Amino acid sequence: MSKEPVAVVGIGQTKHVAARRDVSIAGLVREAARRALEDAELSWADVDAVVIGKAPDFFEGVMMPELYLADALGAVGKPMLRVHTAGSVGGSTALVAANLVAARVHGTVLTLAFEKQSESNAMWGLSLPVPFQQPLLAGAGGFFAPHVRAYMRRSGAPDTVGSLVAYKDRRNALKNPCAHLHEHDITLEKVQASPMLWDPIRYSETCPSSDGACAMVLTDRAGAARAPRPPAWMLGGAMRSEPTLFAGKDFVSPQAGKDCAADVYRQAGVADPRRDIDAVEMYVPFSWYEPMWLENLGFAEAGEGWKLTESGVTELDGDLPVNMSGGVLSANPIGASGMIRFAEAALQVRGQAGEHQLERARKVLGHAYGGGSQFFSMWLVGAAPPQS
Amino acid sequence: MPEVLQAPLVVEFPFTRSLGPVQSAFLTGLREGVVLGVRTGDGRTLVPPVEYDPVTAEEISDLVEVAHTGTVTTWAWNHEPRRGQPLDTPFAWVLVRLDGADTALLHALDAPGPDAVRTGMRVRIRWAVERTGAITDIACFEPYDAEPGPPAGRQPGRHTGEFQNPLTGIVAPARLDYTYSPGRAQSAYIDALATQRTVGERCPSCRKVYVPPRGACPTCGVATSEQVEVGPRGTVTTFCIVNIKAKNLDIEVPYVYAHIALDGAGLALHARIGGIPYEEVRMGLRVEPVWTQGARYPDHYRPTGEPDADYDAYKELL
Repeated sequence: MSKEPVAVVGIGQTKHVAARRDVSIAGLVREAARRALEDAELSWADVDAVVIGKAPDFFEGVMMPELYLADALGAVGKPMLRVHTAGSVGGSTALVAANLVAARVHGTVLTLAFEKQSESNAMWGLSLPVPFQQPLLAGAGGFFAPHVRAYMRRSGAPDTVGSLVAYKDRRNALKNPCAHLHEHDITLEKVQASPMLWDPIRYSETCPSSDGACAMVLTDRAGAARAPRPPAWMLGGAMRSEPTLFAGKDFVSPQAGKDCAADVYRQAGVADPRRDIDAVEMYVPFSWYEPMWLENLGFAEAGEGWKLTESGVTELDGDLPVNMSGGVLSANPIGASGMIRFAEAALQVRGQAGEHQLERARKVLGHAYGGGSQFFSMWLVGAAPPQS
Repeated sequence: MPEVLQAPLVVEFPFTRSLGPVQSAFLTGLREGVVLGVRTGDGRTLVPPVEYDPVTAEEISDLVEVAHTGTVTTWAWNHEPRRGQPLDTPFAWVLVRLDGADTALLHALDAPGPDAVRTGMRVRIRWAVERTGAITDIACFEPYDAEPGPPAGRQPGRHTGEFQNPLTGIVAPARLDYTYSPGRAQSAYIDALATQRTVGERCPSCRKVYVPPRGACPTCGVATSEQVEVGPRGTVTTFCIVNIKAKNLDIEVPYVYAHIALDGAGLALHARIGGIPYEEVRMGLRVEPVWTQGARYPDHYRPTGEPDADYDAYKELL
């Protein structure tokens, strides 16, 4: 028996900001959930199950938030489960929810992800004083910067590429009312003049720290037929994992990422992603990851990704727009960031992306990664249902 | 076999919490000596209050003041109070349904012993002397035999939840106490460091040498035991220059944080580079450890003066 086609019929986000002091965690998550239900014109009672994700518990110090949030998310009397895969969790959460629909376990599933970074310790929660180990790291940037340098060496990319990505994403964010950063006076010179934090990563090439939540309503064919607005259809979805550190690990282009993309393309019948996919919402917390992931995801040959960025292909009006929403560089509520990529991909194929809507968005890839480049989750969504 | 190391690991953060309207009213109320519940769609009063109706999932905000007296609905005796618990002498954990509420609140009951506690017994709030807007503003409950009655001078009933200087956020400290052990393989590695030697373990399957060793190869999934000394020299495979001063780290910025493939190792370890201006550090730089008296790890690595390694020699070890 073939899988049930999965449709996205409701999408909700909060306006991502540095600190939402006016709401509790429950209030924040609920805001995104309510907007997703309103988009789908459904009520809490129409939801069969709830799947939620957030970054590691110690970021916010709430153990098992799925228990505390059951009331707020209308999950009383329904299955509710939580997904953990570090920074990729928003994407993995959406895929777990989608699989429940694809397997015909549930007809309509509400999926959500959130982070309240203003109430958390994301930076130092990753740098615990483990006995017998030498403390050295300086947060996530210190972990990823050497890999960026390795990419620059391997590809021969000019050192301006990172600033081009940041300049593009921050301008895209001006068209996205949900984005955290709205830097109206941004210029390429300002990005390039910003201080080096973890050389070769500049301040303006890093993501902000945000409070925010994202929610989606996923449903089956029958649910999609009742939907008031065009659905986005899942054409393929996959997750892959690998260890944080191992002999032979390629941090510049991890094998798990390549395998994950290949699986998605196989499911969706995509032979050439550069030709067949119109746009990408990818997880780029540090600007250099755009060219790195373009290669990892098969949009460019190894060492060639930066040429797409440099020649404007990934601009909003380019041939393969990347991060039309402004991306993680413009809003990073960590646990939600992966789901926001998935949701923004779906908004594009639904034609609901507002001012950052693309003219041609028939197939758009949503991508997330997490941990030490070790968890990958991706989905390809389309304006037309899968053929099978 | 050398002794497996152990040490305490305390993970502790003062998390902040924004309260939202309902919890703000509840905790500010406690500060003012008022206990508030919330009315649900089916007419029940929940104490402590919640923001969303557990039956309909609708937002709820009709606040109700309840009494300071109530009934124990169930309990458990705590023989040995721990740090941070409401009382430092043995007490009962109780669920108390305050008069006017339909649900019970978890708190402590000050009682001489378990024989003095029973389900159905009447209790009342003992307020803390100094109140700040926290659940600990209720110091504990105490036995109370008088008739149920309203708090002095007030009638239980609807409440606006409005107070002067409402509390909007709290700090919720979290602390986890672990006993950490790095395990057999890393204990041996740390022992060897005491004699300024770096000893990894070779995977019997893929033959890669893991430094530090983990006791197992993460790609082959087999145990490792063959010990192999690597280094002491190595190659900088990649690095960054850190310009942010790290909390609790006594290292002046900028400093170079590098991946170093010690000669013979199957993957790079991470360390600081010194003895060279930071802007002169480069991929391929040959380095050696610099030890300081009594330190467990090399303080940093410094250039050996050898010619730089060829990129092809280390490109798989970034």
